[in-house]
Amino acid sequence: MGSISEFFQHMMNGLTLGGIYALIALGYTMVYGILKFINFAHGDILMVGSYLGLFTFNLIRGQELGPWTIVAFFIAMIAGMIFSAGLGMLIERVAYKPLRRATRLAPLLSAIGVSFILSNMAAWMWGTKSRKLDYPFDNSPLHIGGVAITPHQILILSVVIITMVALKLFVDKSRIGKAMRATSLDQDTAKLMGIKADRIISITFAVGSALAATAGFLIALEIKVYPSMGTMTGLKAFVAAVVGGIGNISGAMLGGILLGLLETFGVALLGIPYGLRDTIAFVALIIILLVKPEGLLGKVEKEKV
Amino acid sequence: MLNFILLIMIYTGIYALMAIGQNLITGYVGLLSLTQAGFFAIGSYATAILSVTYGWNFWATVPAAALIAGFFGLLIGLPTLRLKGDYLAIATLGFGEIVRNILNNWDSLTNGPMGIQRIPMISIFGVQISPYTKWGFLVIVWVFVLISYLLFERLAKSRIGRALEAIREDEIAASSMGINTTSYKVWAFVLGAAVAGIAGSLQAEFILSVTPGAFTFMVSIMVLCMVVLGGMGNFKAVILGAFLIQFVSYFPQLVGLSNVIPPQFKQVLFGLILVVMMIWRPQGILGRETRSAPGKPFRKGGRS
Repeated sequence: MGSISEFFQHMMNGLTLGGIYALIALGYTMVYGILKFINFAHGDILMVGSYLGLFTFNLIRGQELGPWTIVAFFIAMIAGMIFSAGLGMLIERVAYKPLRRATRLAPLLSAIGVSFILSNMAAWMWGTKSRKLDYPFDNSPLHIGGVAITPHQILILSVVIITMVALKLFVDKSRIGKAMRATSLDQDTAKLMGIKADRIISITFAVGSALAATAGFLIALEIKVYPSMGTMTGLKAFVAAVVGGIGNISGAMLGGILLGLLETFGVALLGIPYGLRDTIAFVALIIILLVKPEGLLGKVEKEKV
Repeated sequence: MLNFILLIMIYTGIYALMAIGQNLITGYVGLLSLTQAGFFAIGSYATAILSVTYGWNFWATVPAAALIAGFFGLLIGLPTLRLKGDYLAIATLGFGEIVRNILNNWDSLTNGPMGIQRIPMISIFGVQISPYTKWGFLVIVWVFVLISYLLFERLAKSRIGRALEAIREDEIAASSMGINTTSYKVWAFVLGAAVAGIAGSLQAEFILSVTPGAFTFMVSIMVLCMVVLGGMGNFKAVILGAFLIQFVSYFPQLVGLSNVIPPQFKQVLFGLILVVMMIWRPQGILGRETRSAPGKPFRKGGRS
């Protein structure tokens, strides 16, 4: 194998991973943009969505692989998304909304609490054994010019691209998206303009959680599903959001992709031991905070009195 | 039964040390740090490695543990604390995981997932303090708690403590009063890390072995719960919180129901404590210690 094809191979793997990070990072960044707080439970919402999708798929898939399994795959994904969206809205209503006017610390602590509740409830109900989603199709790799691309990678990438384009259109073009941007810019003024800020916040949580569930379901194809999966995945996605510029939607996409590539190439080319792969994101966070704390696409915001 | 109560009291002491450190950074400066477990692990491993591999005396490893933990505190604190508070939360959350990751993988130093066994016991003037008899160990732990309590309480009542509270209430106002906010925040964080390192030393001596599995995220959550439940910004309250959380934690064993109650139950409870306290009683059971004149109504913290 030539080194060029090897490079493209890592590129492909990095893009797949990065696309998943990007989907999760979007949820962090959207919530941060509006409420200025880190939703620590985001990673655990992903985990719940992942489990729900997996259960639904196993329930309806039937025995044989065929066109139906692919349909079942998407039905399961949408089921996970809907459930997670509901869960995200519920959490916002119960655990964050009463704290809107409290100290900055209060919603953060509440979010940590919710995160811990979700991951332990999952361990309690579904056990700590990790599960894996079966491929809804034959997954023997296709060779394109020396690069082995598995069908599931194509599936992941296409879902990621479609979701991102849809989200970008939704936020930039639709009325609700416009209201979201207005609320994120200045909540009080947005309210004065007749925007129901509470509803917009609710929708933001629903959309972010649905994206997390999508990512979780795709992760189930790639890696395994277990109750504490949300912690590390969520952490990395947050780093991606910070790298891209927290609060900035395109930034989250860029940051996610970059982090995925960085992790893949870090292990493959720089010789970072696989066991220390998780530290890459952390080092990236520290570096970006030192060099460019507002992120690649973020704006420098001066805190006002 | 008595044995069990002694065990709870020893762990209360060890965790109270960590809670005192957490209180300085969370209760006084108002920043969320999620990595007392990380510093706890560093302190534990410092004592384990220095005493087993290099034959140091326990009493020499304690300041070393505090210094090393404090140094790592400085390392995370410097880049993150210059910025808005939220970054500290995420960086510390990552740090705790990274520490465990490294402990698991750096075989030559930490012996990987197996950990380090046969840590020599503490001795004072040639008398060995065995953790199995518990009474002696209990006294040692609580002497550490008392000293830390007095030091941190003094610190909090001093000019430095007032500066930290000013930062919590309004960082911009504090810095315009001439307070170097970054430096105060970093030192508060380093002190909190150092005292957690000492707690780690004691933990290593109590268990006589260290393994990476003992320093999970749950430890950090428990410490956070102690501070939130007892009362942020009140050192007596967080020690009470430490006792309550340890009591809850060992309650199933105490009443012999550990087979009936699943282990996740108490973790879910810890999560609930955080959410419920934030919504209904953010000042904790005992509330913040106010320095204002008696008769002045209690004011909830927070900006309008």
